[in-house]
Amino acid sequence: MTDLQIERQWTTRLRKRVEGTFPPEKMLPDTQPSYVASWIYVFGVLTLAALVMVIATGCLLAIMGPTWWHVSGVGHFINSTHLWSVEVFFFAMVIHLWGKYFMAAWRGGRSMTWVTGAVTFLTSIGAAFTGYLSQTNFDGQWIATQAKDGINATGAGSVFNVLNLGQMLMWHIILLPLVALGLTVGHVLLVRKRGVVPPFADVSEKVSA
Amino acid sequence: MKRRPFNPDVDVVEWTGAQRPYDLLKEGTIAVVFVLIVVLTLSVLFGSPDDKPVTLKQWSNAAPIDFATTAYQELSGTSAVAQYGAPYNHVPGTGQSIGPVSLVNLMGVTIPINAAQDFVIRPLGTQTSVPAIATALATWQHASATQRSTWLTNYGNHLPTAIHNSVMVATANTGPVPSLIGGLTTMAQSGALDNALLSNSTSYYSTNYTEPLLFLGDGTYFAGLAADKHLAGDQWGMMNETGSFPGQAWLWLYTFLYQIKPYSTSSNADALVWGTMMLLSALVVFVPFIPGLRSLPRRVKLYRLIWRQHYRSR
Repeated sequence: MTDLQIERQWTTRLRKRVEGTFPPEKMLPDTQPSYVASWIYVFGVLTLAALVMVIATGCLLAIMGPTWWHVSGVGHFINSTHLWSVEVFFFAMVIHLWGKYFMAAWRGGRSMTWVTGAVTFLTSIGAAFTGYLSQTNFDGQWIATQAKDGINATGAGSVFNVLNLGQMLMWHIILLPLVALGLTVGHVLLVRKRGVVPPFADVSEKVSA
Repeated sequence: MKRRPFNPDVDVVEWTGAQRPYDLLKEGTIAVVFVLIVVLTLSVLFGSPDDKPVTLKQWSNAAPIDFATTAYQELSGTSAVAQYGAPYNHVPGTGQSIGPVSLVNLMGVTIPINAAQDFVIRPLGTQTSVPAIATALATWQHASATQRSTWLTNYGNHLPTAIHNSVMVATANTGPVPSLIGGLTTMAQSGALDNALLSNSTSYYSTNYTEPLLFLGDGTYFAGLAADKHLAGDQWGMMNETGSFPGQAWLWLYTFLYQIKPYSTSSNADALVWGTMMLLSALVVFVPFIPGLRSLPRRVKLYRLIWRQHYRSR
């Protein structure tokens, strides 16, 4: 096999592209620009940490099935950790989002970083909503009967039936988490690729794009 | 290739200045431990709510008149579900729209519900070992549409008094209707209707609660319980949780729109609220590409507070 043949392999091309786009010093940096010095930066990593907790507590709940937490003290406590993980997750994510807006964090070719983050936020709302529908208690019943009118009005109710517990549970534990996780990974990779957006330039620093 | 001029809302002067030490893994670990402590603390202090679900058995025993009235509305085709339209049934003139566009009608009936058949007649078909129910069902099924309509009208006219204390009180020319309504109420009170509605599908297994939830939602008992728990629509119920727990607070804007005009008074409120939220969501997602909206951060200058150390050192 010649070097040219190896160079043309899909695997070789992919490896080189990954190495070029995400060199180790970008993936696991040990320094960062001096302007990255504000409490607002904490909320990005807190969002990720809360997401880890949401997934971990959700996996624990999944072990014994969707109604176990009603009849088990341990299950109820794990449900509580799942609930509060979600609350912390959204709290941190909303502050992160507003912070990034006021930093205009899409500048310098970072528009897709913003877009993936915003879509992750919307997907997370859907994931949380289907979780509330999957509680198998009074709250789940009530939210389902009330939400059906809004969802039906969009036409989506014809395929996304909020009164169908089995369907909502599957969306909650498989489909939406997969999308949210995929988007999160993409979002973080874009942050690592482009770096943290610099502050607005002083007038004297303006350059051509 | 001609370069476009520098746009401060799109372009940046990439940083070539000083760097400072940054331990990514350490930061991530501290964040996870911090969140873990916060979550465990909140869970120990506050726990989580878990109000038992309402069953048709509970409803029919606690409020038999409301249950029977709802059953009558299902049988006569006057209930909210019977008059809903798509995606449950074909009802002319229904289906919310934005302007001339009614997406729900475009999608059509995909979850067919025949309120009389699915909520009353078919469940009672599992109770034919009770002679009165078997006779009432046979009479109903062999009657003409005109005859059924007469019985239902007569029963409906006497509804407030006829079922004062008993759903079985017969009035003039109501045919089998009192027996059907009374039989369904008795069936519900035994708990059999919960199972019958859940297993209306052909499968042994079922995780689809569409029918029992739609039936439950048609009565006033369920809504009354929800109002007591501050979950009604005019109580910002969509974002609330039972008890004093935080619910889906991130739905505040969605819930808020339902409280104000023109949404609160529109017959197309759901479609309008969703349309508005879709538009606002699109604006958020595409901020980087929307002139004016993407300029606000630079004009508001909140960034000077965020990067105050940076600007102070310049």
